[in-house]
Amino acid sequence: MNDMAIKEIVGLLLILIGVGFDISGCVGLVRLPDVYNRIQASTKCVVLGTTLILIGSLVWLGSAAAMVKGILCILFILITSSTAAHALSRAAHISGVKLWKKSVCDRLAEDQANGRIKEEGA
Amino acid sequence: MMTPDTLLITIFYVGLLLCCGLCLYRIAHGPTASDRVVAIDAIGTVVVGFVAILTAVSGHAYLLDVALVWALISWVGTLALAKYLVGKNLNE
Repeated sequence: MNDMAIKEIVGLLLILIGVGFDISGCVGLVRLPDVYNRIQASTKCVVLGTTLILIGSLVWLGSAAAMVKGILCILFILITSSTAAHALSRAAHISGVKLWKKSVCDRLAEDQANGRIKEEGA
Repeated sequence: MMTPDTLLITIFYVGLLLCCGLCLYRIAHGPTASDRVVAIDAIGTVVVGFVAILTAVSGHAYLLDVALVWALISWVGTLALAKYLVGKNLNE
């Protein structure tokens, strides 16, 4: 077995795991009961799946130019998705979306009641 | 006759299309506007993975630029929609 085949097999395996994570995240986006639960499932699983797909295709390609751009892309996705999920959940809470009836705690409402957050805004 | 890697690549495409279909279901049936924005954000991230698979299959490294720009534009759009949900202008 030569070098090319090993690179292709490892890349295809990583991409397969990533696609599995993507599908589980989107199933969570459909099945979970609440906006905040859906943000949790879709952000974590889809970001991990897309990162694995990018790593797999970089291993499969194996060229230096693709490596630089791909690692930049992975860093961008890791930073931007977490900040976007934070802004979205805060915006949903401020715009008055109710929590699921079996949720156990609401720290943002507690902080607003205690006066620890002065301004109502994202 | 399909070779194993062609079969696997077809499975990848079908799986990512299934992801986009599930997100479109959530966009169509979401009870609140926040659900729809979450699904739009998830579609943006899934498409980045799609472009990455296309890059590996075709061997053209310049397609990764498309993934990079798509990730950034999707992020800016999600932040703008979050600001719109709060009810503020973009310069506040």
